Order: sequence, then structure tokens, then C-alpha cells
Amino acid sequence: MDLDLPPELATFRDGVRELAQAVALPLAAEVDRDHRFPKEAVTAAAEAGLLGVLIPREYGGLGLDALAFTLCIDEFARACASTSVIVDVHTSVGSEPILLFGTEEQKRRWLPRLASGELLGAFALTEPASGSDAASLKTSARRNGDGYVLNGTKVFITNIGHAGLYIVFARTGPDERAAGVSAFLVPADTPGVRVGQVFKKMGLNGSPTGELVLEDVVVPVANRLAPEGQGFTVAMRALDSGRIGISGQALGIGQAAVDEATTLVNERRLSPHPAGSLREQADLPTRWGRQGDDFTLADMSTRLESARLLAYNAAWLCAAGRPFTRQASMAKLHCTDTTMQVALDALQLAGEEGTISGTPFERHVRDAKALQIYEGSNQVQRIVIAREVLQ
Amino acid sequence: MNFDLSQEQVAIRDTIRELVQDRVAPRAAEIDEKAEYPKDIERLFAENGILSIPFPEEYGGISGSSVTICMGIEEIAKACATSSLILAVQALGSYPILVAGSEEQKKRLCPPLASGESVAAYALSETGSGSDAAAMKTRAKRYGNEYVINGTKQFITGGSIAGTLVVFAQTDPDADHRGISAFVLERETSPWQAPKLEHKLGIRGSPTAQLVFDDVKVPAANRLGEEGAGFKIALAVLDRSRPGIGAQALGIAEGAFDYALAYARERKQFGQPVSSFQGIQFMFADMATQIEAARHLVYLAATKVDAKAADLTKVASMAKLFASDMAMKVTTDCVQILGGYGYISDYPVERMMRDAKITQIYEGTNQIQRVVIARSLLK
Repeated sequence: MDLDLPPELATFRDGVRELAQAVALPLAAEVDRDHRFPKEAVTAAAEAGLLGVLIPREYGGLGLDALAFTLCIDEFARACASTSVIVDVHTSVGSEPILLFGTEEQKRRWLPRLASGELLGAFALTEPASGSDAASLKTSARRNGDGYVLNGTKVFITNIGHAGLYIVFARTGPDERAAGVSAFLVPADTPGVRVGQVFKKMGLNGSPTGELVLEDVVVPVANRLAPEGQGFTVAMRALDSGRIGISGQALGIGQAAVDEATTLVNERRLSPHPAGSLREQADLPTRWGRQGDDFTLADMSTRLESARLLAYNAAWLCAAGRPFTRQASMAKLHCTDTTMQVALDALQLAGEEGTISGTPFERHVRDAKALQIYEGSNQVQRIVIAREVLQ
Repeated sequence: MNFDLSQEQVAIRDTIRELVQDRVAPRAAEIDEKAEYPKDIERLFAENGILSIPFPEEYGGISGSSVTICMGIEEIAKACATSSLILAVQALGSYPILVAGSEEQKKRLCPPLASGESVAAYALSETGSGSDAAAMKTRAKRYGNEYVINGTKQFITGGSIAGTLVVFAQTDPDADHRGISAFVLERETSPWQAPKLEHKLGIRGSPTAQLVFDDVKVPAANRLGEEGAGFKIALAVLDRSRPGIGAQALGIAEGAFDYALAYARERKQFGQPVSSFQGIQFMFADMATQIEAARHLVYLAATKVDAKAADLTKVASMAKLFASDMAMKVTTDCVQILGGYGYISDYPVERMMRDAKITQIYEGTNQIQRVVIARSLLK
């Protein structure tokens, strides 16, 4: 047993950290305030090869594993949650399915362009009436000669409008549930592909989320990913490793909240309240008098450490080619619940000043909330875990 | 990075698991009810080499690895928390010797412990000195080649049955914590008294003793480290033993979880097993996740002990804090899942809930763990 990161991965993480702190962090407040795409950060990530972390070298990627991917997303999220979700969705659910299920020709055609960032990836599964119950999706793919004609509306699509390639799940039939679903690679410039409403959200404001409308979109058979009827399998496998990415994202936001809260508590200790003020009178002369804040910080960092290990464990199993579905769901559930609580605790420590727009404290709270909901709500994670435990 | 146990560790675990299922689990309810020290289990562990796990081979043991110790404690605690303390306290009482003893002391004092001929205990707390260990009053005065110890220790796990006892005492009362020294008492040559055993909420078969030292003589050769080094030794030992308490909490929680899971599958209400209700399923999902998170933290701390890592103190406290809080929550929820049956002593989960409580208190209360963690984070 050895729970330390291998030195080469620690070096990789430090490199990503340096880049994210230099490029993504300075944009974080602005992209949140202006609801704008952090183009500079995504471009910097592309130039550093970080949009192809999981893609093998022969297809132009870095050829690293799920653990490296987790560290990469963690570091981006620590700097800017919006940037991290853009990179995460691109790398995992937006690209990895091609790696896992694509033909050699599909891999050669698409992966180098995704690895370089020429194309940003996206994943179009959810529909207005089909969220947790993904198998009930209605978007249709009708076979027509050498192609398929897709019609329907997808919703809550991350990277909407900026993606060059959407992995779209549609019903080819005849089964009305999971066995009738197929996966398609749909370039954004295909006629009939349209961006619908782009949503105004509570958080992750730099990451565009919206509707993808498909109107008589003709896709060649060569763009079908995996055999007909295998789409649901593709989606579920993509989400398994996607959950590892979301865990990494949660770790990054949580770590940022812990770091900022630590700085704040330290500063308070160094600059006592004004002489004679009520706050000064309420203080005991020693550290024992500040235990309320100290203990909150201790709990925050302890929970985050336990969450980190769950995420690393799921990623390590995934990288080793071992089953990891249960561990990925546990990691996603625990990391995101922990980060929600940690972000709220940090805001509470900051007090009123933490609620002011533009401070990181309130932004972390808004950003963290999405993580408990997307890539399978935490209720769905509990269903997955309970199913495995009760098996 | 590798989350797996070694083949050798898996073999040791499987041996312990089998032994525990056959011999310990059937005794657990009785040990709790009678509140009697399970001498038979101590002998069973001694005969099967389980008490030799805390010691490296050169001192008569088979491992000395904290990961292996934690694994053993976890396995035993799944069935019986009291029995898991026999191994945990063997490690706790031996760590001062392994951490601070001279080569001569290790060679002399460890083999009887490794063979299980003698069991160890660790005497730090006093009535007026719990979390504030430096406030201890027990006094050790030097006369030539020996020290004479006077004082009273409180809440000493296994203090009444130990053959080897590590005692912390003031050799220079004016020097505060820098005046504390550590001594190894061997019962035959330095007999102490245990006039009182406590009645407790949980771990009822594990004797918790008040120990009285009335002019107890101990050879200077049994002092660990220099005079005044005792407090440092005490803290270094707690860094190493806290992951073991985390492992104990983990085992208690797993035992309760496994029992509640089997029960929920069998128990029918409204015409179906209660495990088919989502409200119950989500409780199991949350418990399984929290157990898994605690397990990783416990074993991270154990690997840090083995690697003598710089951040051991913080991580050991995190492991103990998280695992024990988790165990309290999980065992309480398991009682809830069994409903009325969970509350009665015919079923084991109420015992596990009672046993879990102490893991939040001993070897540094969870409030002290938070002090330690916060101190490592803050300036």
C-alpha cells in the first residue's frame, strides 16, 4: 500500500497548478460576473496539451490516465470552476467515448482535433423530459440510406455554442428504453444544428449551458459511435469516468475555499479587533478563545482529505482497468457534498463580507451547488451505490 | 500509488478474519454483558501470533507495520470492539519502547510482548490531567540506579491485567511538560496496584483501571529516552496509535453495517423487504460512502506512520476524528434501521453503538484532534 502520488504525477500536477494559477485564477471573478467564456484559459490549456490529457500520444494527446485527469481538473477548479467544467466535459464525456468506443477511423479523424483544442467536445444526453431517467430520451435518429436524420432538443448542454463536436444520444429504436438508444458524433457546423436558449445560471457562469436543437440533421453512418442500440452503454461508461472528473472539480473548489478561509482566520488572528470593541471583549486572550473558527477549519480540511482519497481511489482503479463504478459514484457523492458544505462553512467564516458579489466565498457556494446535481444527481449516485451494495 | 494490501497482509487478514468469525464473534455479546476481560481471546491472539504484529522481526514480531496493525484491529473490531483493544493496546503500550527505547531496551522488553507472554498498557491520563497531559502530578524521584514512582493514573485501558506498563511521570515538576519522563514497569519487579475498575457504556470487557503507584521502584535502565523526554514520547506515540483507533472505529462501523444490511434484506414490512425502500437504500449508500472515505483516511495515516512522514501528526488526527465520528453516525443509523430490534440486546447493533462512543473520546478527544489539525493549518 502506498497512497502517495507517483513523483511524475506530482510534477504534472504542479505544472497544471502553475498554469491555472497564472491564467485561470485572474479571470475567475470576471468570467463569473460577466457570464463570459474564459477563452484565454481554455486556449492556454490547449497550448499546454491539457485538452488531450486522456488521449493517447499517437492521436496527439498526452496519453495520461484518469489520475492525471483528476489532478488536472482539480487544479483548474481551484483557480476557476467555470474553466474546470469546460475542460472536464471536453476531456471526459466529450472526448473519451470516442477513445473507448470509436473505430480506428473515427479515432484518427476526431481525436487529434479534440486533443489540440481545435474542436471543443460536448455531451448531449439530457432532454427536457429525460434527466435522471436518461433511457427515456425522445430525440430520434431515423435511418435514411447512408445516414441518419436526427430530430429533437437536448438541454443543459455544457460548452453549448463553443463546442465543435457534440456526442448526441438519440433513439434508433425499436426498443423504447435503453436498448433503442444510439450515439452519434455531430459536428457543430452540420446543417440543422442550432443553439437554442442559453441559460442564465446560479453559478459556473463562465461555462455556457444551454439547449441544442436538432432539426433534420443528417449524419453519415460513419459518425455513429458504437453499434446501433449501444448508445446507452456508451453514455453510462462515459458518465462513470465523468464522475471522477466532477470529483476532481469538487476537490479544487473545496481546496480553494479551505485556503481562503485559512488565510482569513490567520489574518483575523494577526489583526485583533479595535480596542474596546465588543468583538474584542468577546475574545479570550489565547487561541482557546478562537476554537469556533479553528474547529470549523479542522472539520473542513479533514472532510476534504477524505474526499480526495475517494476520488484518487476511483481514478486509480479506472486507470488500472479495474471495476470502478461504485467507487466513482461514492467519490462524486462525497466530494460534491463535502465541497458544498466546505464552501458554506468558508462563507460563514467570512461573515457578511463573504456574501458580497465578487468575493470568492459566495462564488464557491454558487459554483459548488451545480456539482451535486450534474453528471447524475447525488440521488442517482445513491441509487447506483445502493444497487451495488445490496447486490 | 497503490491502494491494495500486500499478499502477505491479505494472508494475515484472512487468518484473523477466520479466527474472529469462529472464536471471537460468538463470544462478543457475552463479553459485553458480563463485562469480563476475555482472557481466552487474549490467549487465542497470543497463540496465533496476532499480538506479534506490532513488532518488527528483530524484536520477535512479524511486522511492525502500522498498515498491518490497523488491518488487524479493523478485522477484530467488526465482531468485538473489546477484543480489538487487546491488539490496539499491545501496539499502544509497545510504541514508546519502539519509538524511544535503546537497542538494549527493545531487545529485552519487546520479545515477551511479541510472544504474547506479557500484555502491554500505557499510563498517561490522571484525574486532573486528561487532554492537558502536561498537568500530570505523578512523580518519579531518582535514588541511585532506580526511580521511585508515586501517584495515581486514571482510565488506563488494560492497566489491571498488563505485565508491562509504560508510565509517564514528572521527574522535574518545575519544568512543566519538559519535566515529564517515561518508564517501563514490569509487573514482577515493579508491582503497581489497580484498586478500581470502571463501569462503562461500551467496550465493557476491556478493563479500564485506576492505577496507584505507592513507592514503586523501577530501574533507571527502564527509563525511555532522556529525563524530560517523556512528553515528546507521549505525543509521538499518539501520532502512531491514533490511526489504530480510526481502524477500530472503522471495524465497529463495518460490523454494524453488515448486520443491518443482512437484516434489511430479510425484514419484511408492507409485503416487501425493508431494503427495497429508497429511504433505507439511501441510508445504506451514505453509510457505505462514509465508511469507504474513513477507510482511506485511516490507511493513509497508517502509511504515513510507516513512512515516518512529516505530516503524520495532522493526518493521524484527521483519520481518528473522521473515522470515529463516522462510526458514531453509522452505528446510530444501523440501530435505526433495525428499529425496536436495534434497541434491544438480543441484536448486536446497540452494543456496537455503545462501543463506538469511546472512539470519539480516547487517545485524544475529537476536540483535541481538531486543535491538532487547526494548529497544523494555521500560523
